[in-house]
Amino acid sequence: MIQLIVFGPLLAAIVAGFANKSFGTVFPKAVTTGALFLSCALSWPIFLGFMTGTSEAGVTPVLEWVRSGDMTFDWALRIDALTAVMLVVITSVSALVHLYSWGYMDEDPDQPRFFAYLSLFTFAMLMLVTADNLVQMFFGWEGVGLASYLLIGFWFRKPSANAAAIKAFVVNRVGDLGFMLGIFGVFLVFGTTSIPEIIDRAPEMAGSSIGFLGMRLDTMTILCLLLFIGAMGKSAQLGLHTWLPDAMEGPTPVSALIHAATMVTAGVFMVCRLSPLFETSQIALGFVTFIGAATCLFAATVGTTQTDIKRVIAYSTCSQLGYMFFAAGVGAYGAAMFHLFTHAFFKALLFLGAGSVIHAMHHEQDMRYYGGLRKHIPITFWAMTAGTLAITGVGLWFAHVGFAGFYSKDAILESAFASGTEMGRFAFFIGITAALLTSFYSWRLVFLTFFGKPRWDQSEHIQHAVHEGHHDSAHHNLASQEDAGHDPHAPAHKALDDEVHGHAPAHGDGTAGYHPHESPWVMLLPLVILSLGAIFAGAIWSHSFLDSAAFWDGSIFYNEHLMHAMHEVPAWVKIAPGAVMLIGLAIAWNNYIRDPDAAGRFVAMFGGVYTFLKNKWYFDEVYHVLFVKPAFWLGRKFWKWGDEGTIDRFGPNGAAWVVAQGSRYAQVVQTGYLYSYALVMLLGLVAAISWVMVR
Amino acid sequence: MIGIEHYVVVSSILFVLGVLGIFLNRKNVIVILMAIELILLAVNINLVAFSAFLGDLTGQVFAMFVLTVAAGEAAIGLAILVIYFRGRGTIAVEDIHRMRG
Repeated sequence: MIQLIVFGPLLAAIVAGFANKSFGTVFPKAVTTGALFLSCALSWPIFLGFMTGTSEAGVTPVLEWVRSGDMTFDWALRIDALTAVMLVVITSVSALVHLYSWGYMDEDPDQPRFFAYLSLFTFAMLMLVTADNLVQMFFGWEGVGLASYLLIGFWFRKPSANAAAIKAFVVNRVGDLGFMLGIFGVFLVFGTTSIPEIIDRAPEMAGSSIGFLGMRLDTMTILCLLLFIGAMGKSAQLGLHTWLPDAMEGPTPVSALIHAATMVTAGVFMVCRLSPLFETSQIALGFVTFIGAATCLFAATVGTTQTDIKRVIAYSTCSQLGYMFFAAGVGAYGAAMFHLFTHAFFKALLFLGAGSVIHAMHHEQDMRYYGGLRKHIPITFWAMTAGTLAITGVGLWFAHVGFAGFYSKDAILESAFASGTEMGRFAFFIGITAALLTSFYSWRLVFLTFFGKPRWDQSEHIQHAVHEGHHDSAHHNLASQEDAGHDPHAPAHKALDDEVHGHAPAHGDGTAGYHPHESPWVMLLPLVILSLGAIFAGAIWSHSFLDSAAFWDGSIFYNEHLMHAMHEVPAWVKIAPGAVMLIGLAIAWNNYIRDPDAAGRFVAMFGGVYTFLKNKWYFDEVYHVLFVKPAFWLGRKFWKWGDEGTIDRFGPNGAAWVVAQGSRYAQVVQTGYLYSYALVMLLGLVAAISWVMVR
Repeated sequence: MIGIEHYVVVSSILFVLGVLGIFLNRKNVIVILMAIELILLAVNINLVAFSAFLGDLTGQVFAMFVLTVAAGEAAIGLAILVIYFRGRGTIAVEDIHRMRG
């Protein structure tokens, strides 16, 4: 059964990917979506089985893989509580995203390719979470990286999408190098890559030291840090986060599946999977906590100033991943996994909701040109509201009821406080600050999009749409397909359109005469299902994830003491997240509903801070100077000096030069006159005869 | 008394004339053909002279063969010249250098 869950999506991807045009688009879509719903249907019983204690943890061997001296590892599918959690997250979100894409990608000419990539991604992700050894995990790790690259660059005619895809791949390489070194190190130290064996033997290795770069370092610290660098790359943590916002160039369902719910959480999963390993090194745990907290705050601050709806949610994802990491860092792996679980629901919901808004607004992504959409797309509005209530952690602390994020985020903050370490306290206060910012930017998104007066007439996309509506409908179909499929920003096309039709007629109400339409049911159904998850997932599962060592059954390191201490924190710690949520909500309400000019006044007052945040702390610029430019410089040197100056010059070009120059000398002898040839013949003859006679 | 030396000297002179006729001639291809005949005749003189001197007829028979071959060679050479002249309009040695590199 587990084989079907994992390999079903692979088969579907192969069938959909290699089905040629004569199969049409419905067949590949149906095959992949069907396979995913089947996987999903098979995964839930396993997960619920772990809830009730009827499922057994186990390993299903698939194939022999490597037998080389001491190094042996096989393909195998490992199922335990941790994997089961990931299985339902991956298959559920993936199945819903497949369904959603029927509507969202409806006008795209390359749908089979899209669905094949989505299924391929799901397969790789499932391989990652079911891995029994680090090498298979690395296979899945790279597989999801590849699928992510292919899907970010899905609209390959768009240069920005290609650049974003390459950036995601290259930045991930940095993390992957750390992960690989970590795997090598683990093999060096333990002589195996099997995860259960490593975990068994980790405690006896604690405190040993190893030579690295000429220094004596603590073995477990160095291994954990290297592995964590891999997690940082995949989970877009501070320093290696720059690819995630750019990855929003991909289609929105991809953002929801890969860059919110599943792939970016692979790092958190890996840390939890190897939690007994991390528990042996306090330094590594401190580092994990620090990076998590720093990312959490950094991404939240940047999220407050972005205007692209998808980028706001992308930074929000980055920030929430920070929460998960510092939860893991303080030892609350259950809380980290719980937040991963609830986050998958509400963040996928927010992304798909944003996709629905973008769909309705004719591919306009800038929130400054939204406004007043509440009445036009009510279902999307309510779904997004549910997602926002979940992410901001709305709930009644005294009654302990609330939306999904309420349980998981509060559990993280409380465990950080309860951990009692310096780093834990630091993470707690950072987390509270970030919660304030989370509430602010999440509500800002909702208010800018759904409330206030329409500001659509300033949007070029909307003007574009309105013009087409006024003119021939054949043109409309063609152009909107072009728009949806490839390049929403085609400047030439737009310029032409403006020239022909002039500017939009002034309607005076800011709508430019455009009428947004609610998305089709295939897009709304996933929104509704995910909304249910965002509302109820926390309440239903908080006990299993947080308070039940039996549920985890040794699949993660379960800190009994911390989990009890979590509930014993002072009341103000419990109230704080809710309080800052209300403050954030109040600020957002004041700035974007009560007094829409307040945001502008704030920007005028704190221009420096605003510019700093707007430019994402100048990470891209700094990296450009520090890494990209030197890399280009080095590449140019290699090209000009190494390649052209040395290899080409003395290699092929040099050989050619010698031949050309030699033939120029040989040419002189070839006069073309009969008598000179005869003379040479004669001289040769004389020489030959002389030689014969003298000899 | 005319000895073998005189024949050898005459044939040598003829041979050298022939060779020089090939190398120093810059005017006419026919002259080259004639120079080749001259070389062949120098060889013939040698053959006949040594044949008589050594009392071996083989040399004289060989001279007859050489004459035959020379006749054939002259015929073919002249035929080539005629064709060449038709094609190029000249048989001046100076102009025949199409093989120049």
